[in-house]
Amino acid sequence: MLLITCPYCEEARDETEFSCSGEAHISRPKNPEELSDEQWGDYLYFRTNPRGLHHEMWYHVAGCRRYFNVTRDTVSYAILESYRIGAEPGSKTPASCST
Amino acid sequence: MSGSAVVQARRLPAGGRINRDQPIRFSFNGIAYQGFEGDTLASALLANNVNVVARSFKYARPRGIVGHGAEEPNAIVQLGHGAQTVPNLRATQIELYAGLQARSVGAGLSVNFDLMALVGACGRLMPPGFYYKTFMRPQKLWMTYERFIRKAAGLGSAAAEPDPDSYDKLNQHCDVLVVGAGPAGLAAALTAARSGARVIIADEQNQFGGSLLAARPTIGHQTVALWLTKTLAELHACSNVEMLARSTVFGYYDHNFLAILERRSDHLRISSPSVARQRLHRVRAKQVVLATGAIERPLVFANNDVPGVMLASSVSTYVNRYGVAPGTKLIVFTCNDNAYQAAIDWHQAGQHVVAIVDTRCNPSGVVVATAKELNIDVIGGHGVIEALGKKCLQGAVIAPLNADATAIVGATRQLDCDLIACSGGWSPVIHLSSHTGAKPQWSDAKVGFLPGESIQQERSAGAAKGTYSLLDCFSEGAYAGARAAQLAGFGNGTVSTTTPPIEELTEQPQQALFLLPHVKPVSRAPKQFVDLQLDVTAAAIELAAREGYESVEHAKRYTALGFGTDQGKLGNINGIAILANTLGQSIAATGTTIFRPAYTPTTFGAIAGRDVGDLFDPVRYTAMHRWHTEHGAEWENVGQWQRPRYYCQPFEVMHDAVKRECLAVRNKVGMLDASTLGKIDIQGRDAAEFLNRIYSNGFLKLAPGKCRYGVMLKEDGMIFDDGVTACLAENHYLMFTTTGGAAAVLAWLELWQQTEWPELDVFFTSVTDHWATATVTGPNARKVLALVCDDIDLDKDAFKFMDWRDGTVAGVQARVFRISFTGELSFEVNVAAHYGRYVWEQLLAAGAEFEITPYGTEAMHVLRAEKGFIIIGQDTDGSMTPADMNMNWVVAKNKSFNFIGQRGLTRAACQRCDRKQLVGLKTLQPETVLPEGAQIVNDPAQAIPMKMQGHVTSSYFSASLGRSIALAVVKGGLQRMGDVVHCPLADGRSVAAEIVGSVFYDPKGERQNV
Repeated sequence: MLLITCPYCEEARDETEFSCSGEAHISRPKNPEELSDEQWGDYLYFRTNPRGLHHEMWYHVAGCRRYFNVTRDTVSYAILESYRIGAEPGSKTPASCST
Repeated sequence: MSGSAVVQARRLPAGGRINRDQPIRFSFNGIAYQGFEGDTLASALLANNVNVVARSFKYARPRGIVGHGAEEPNAIVQLGHGAQTVPNLRATQIELYAGLQARSVGAGLSVNFDLMALVGACGRLMPPGFYYKTFMRPQKLWMTYERFIRKAAGLGSAAAEPDPDSYDKLNQHCDVLVVGAGPAGLAAALTAARSGARVIIADEQNQFGGSLLAARPTIGHQTVALWLTKTLAELHACSNVEMLARSTVFGYYDHNFLAILERRSDHLRISSPSVARQRLHRVRAKQVVLATGAIERPLVFANNDVPGVMLASSVSTYVNRYGVAPGTKLIVFTCNDNAYQAAIDWHQAGQHVVAIVDTRCNPSGVVVATAKELNIDVIGGHGVIEALGKKCLQGAVIAPLNADATAIVGATRQLDCDLIACSGGWSPVIHLSSHTGAKPQWSDAKVGFLPGESIQQERSAGAAKGTYSLLDCFSEGAYAGARAAQLAGFGNGTVSTTTPPIEELTEQPQQALFLLPHVKPVSRAPKQFVDLQLDVTAAAIELAAREGYESVEHAKRYTALGFGTDQGKLGNINGIAILANTLGQSIAATGTTIFRPAYTPTTFGAIAGRDVGDLFDPVRYTAMHRWHTEHGAEWENVGQWQRPRYYCQPFEVMHDAVKRECLAVRNKVGMLDASTLGKIDIQGRDAAEFLNRIYSNGFLKLAPGKCRYGVMLKEDGMIFDDGVTACLAENHYLMFTTTGGAAAVLAWLELWQQTEWPELDVFFTSVTDHWATATVTGPNARKVLALVCDDIDLDKDAFKFMDWRDGTVAGVQARVFRISFTGELSFEVNVAAHYGRYVWEQLLAAGAEFEITPYGTEAMHVLRAEKGFIIIGQDTDGSMTPADMNMNWVVAKNKSFNFIGQRGLTRAACQRCDRKQLVGLKTLQPETVLPEGAQIVNDPAQAIPMKMQGHVTSSYFSASLGRSIALAVVKGGLQRMGDVVHCPLADGRSVAAEIVGSVFYDPKGERQNV
């Protein structure tokens, strides 16, 4: 069970308090009507599945009910950081890991 | 149980950590025996000369006790009976208690005679993959085969009655968790404890000491015994140390989360509600020391499963710890120095050692010399190639071997014996390290897999790391404990403890040996067992390799190697080595299968803990719940809510009650407890803008006092939830959601507000439980309300359909909504929850003269289906757009903001005309009610598989219409009005029905506007 630090509560809590909301930094396009079906499909369905660092969004559903992001290593499951919505991650995904 | 207990024929006259003053009676397979306090079931059985304890899984061969701990593959028993019985326990790990009753699993009537032995006789007919190859055709018969196979396999049986015992969970944190209380673990715990760290040390045995408990108390070991006593005393005295005996750390999960199963009363066999039988410790440890020791590896030779073939360390353990000699004439068969100790222990216990058979050509060194000094016959360069006997060992065939023990180089001869203590070296217990994802590393020097590079905050020490010298275990453990404490923030990493000053014998290198040659080739030789629990032989592994199962994971699944409840603790390494050899590659290249939790089987009771029965999941009740109970409500669970489904009057069945309730609403007036609908209070300057983005229809112009029905879509355009939202005041709204969807809707609103539109000033508060709701509906609804409400103008023009008003009902502050889910004139009266029952009863009293009838969810469903109102999740399934539901009117065409789901709706796939669309169905025979979920086809006579056109989503008998009605989704259904379609049913019937519009009753919607 992961130990996740909520950047709003500033406490490390058990995974059972949270739910994962998938990949982070997926912004809703400002002009959906102008996108092709393929571009819209990319936004809607396609996500990266990296071996290595992954930025993902979590929801402190049984806590403060805030959404936030974490950077997690999908191999070791180590969580490198958690940060608030709108903030930039400190650890960037190395190019070699983004396959 | 009858007669006097049998004498303990194999009990040594003295010695052992048993209390001979405390005899304990028990029974095994219905026969009474006696053991002593301190025995395990296994040691007591051996003391009573019980050779055969089980029949093997596939060949039904007699099997005896092989090991002395978690590794035991044969002595798997069913303990106790009735509600408290536990299957699949290892006799080697069961502490003896008075009145213990155990029986072998999978043995049928008797371990000494078994019909399945016939299968054993035909063993050559059952190669690996036998079941796959034999029973898969014809496929229809698989279920029959499976039942037979499962019965034959018979791995114990679960209790049929509810478990009367209680189980606990304890969440814990510690700085250093030490797993295993042998020399390394104790040294680690002591060092960490002295640094001030909070330490938990857990060991699966009833006493701490690990391998030291089985050490012979000779002069050299007196210091060790003293060290053990002093160490345990110091640890006990430390307030920062928690010592968990009888506690198996069975799983190592992410972020240093470990699970420990503590057996608290199993060994006492008292059942008391105040004492939890077992306790699950859920531990988050900063640092972990794995001192889990090693398990001796058996040697693989022909008929090596005959009762009487044991592990060398197990023989030592039974002699030294339990004072039991599991035979009379011992052969030690080894490829290493370590096993010589078994012969020495045996000799010093006054027993006869026939010989030590050592596969190494010229065994030399201190240990060998010691054995020779005791006049023990050491036969070097030889191996036991076959065991003789069936139910008990009657001798051994030995043969001279070449230098690498791969071939027989001379004549064989027989030795008389009834016990073979064999040792192929040691396999470190790397299971927990493996749970973390660390990849085991093969070591040629240690002839075993060692823990892989740490991924989590853990380190291994002692035998678990391939360190077998006692002195090294002490120092390695101490260092690991100091290091772990330091990383957890305690001490500076220096070792504060001293190791006992013992002199250790240096050992010569062992030989890597995984399969003994036989005079016949492996495929023709008597069975050479690799995995005793699942009857996997060396020949089977070679065959698997020849048939192309070259990956270790494939070979495992094909042969079932390591699939037993012992997870291949004894057999895996030999099996992998044989596979590697057959493939002509190294063991390192072959790799190992991955160990997964649990290390030993764990009871469901412990995992469930107290979260059973009423505590399994919270149940939510409305404020009127007790009234419903008092008035004959039958219940429907909706999410966590309990809602009245219908109210039964005397002599009524469900059908009668629902009919009565429906007709009351249509003709007079009814009342529904609608408190469970989700309610979210929404406030903020941008609340309207937010709602306008979330709902598919427009919300910008909703004025205070008004309500609007809305549909929420996911971004793909599919309906997600629906409900009415009321404008309470400027910038203040109340959103109703479906009962089951409330939590998901709140999360959805928060998601968009927090992540995409943080600039919008809007706040959400769940107020579902704050309000109780009584829905008064039917032609007389206004008259009823008028009797208890005098401050709201109920006139149809003053208080219109889709308006809401503040006022008092029965003197209680209320919000009254004129919204309708029945199609009738309706008032939904919302009051603070604690007034719920009072107002409910006042409304009932007021409605008495109009024969007001409380109705439940079943009537609610019928009434709304008559009106063609959809229920999210019943008529929709996450793949339905508003157009599919014939609800295009709820999709705004020209909002300034591209609402959630709008772009999704414009995808080509969402605009196809052959999408499934909501229609009504009228069966041609009006009495026939279609089953919900029935598939719809055009031609019921077509060949199977038929072309599906859709399915029935809602189906009822409508009392008001005097016929059955159904809602269904049918491909292109909106263009097929009047077509007759067919529903082929499971019972062979096919029901014909006409496609009609989805609104059956009052299609113009006049009744709700009166």
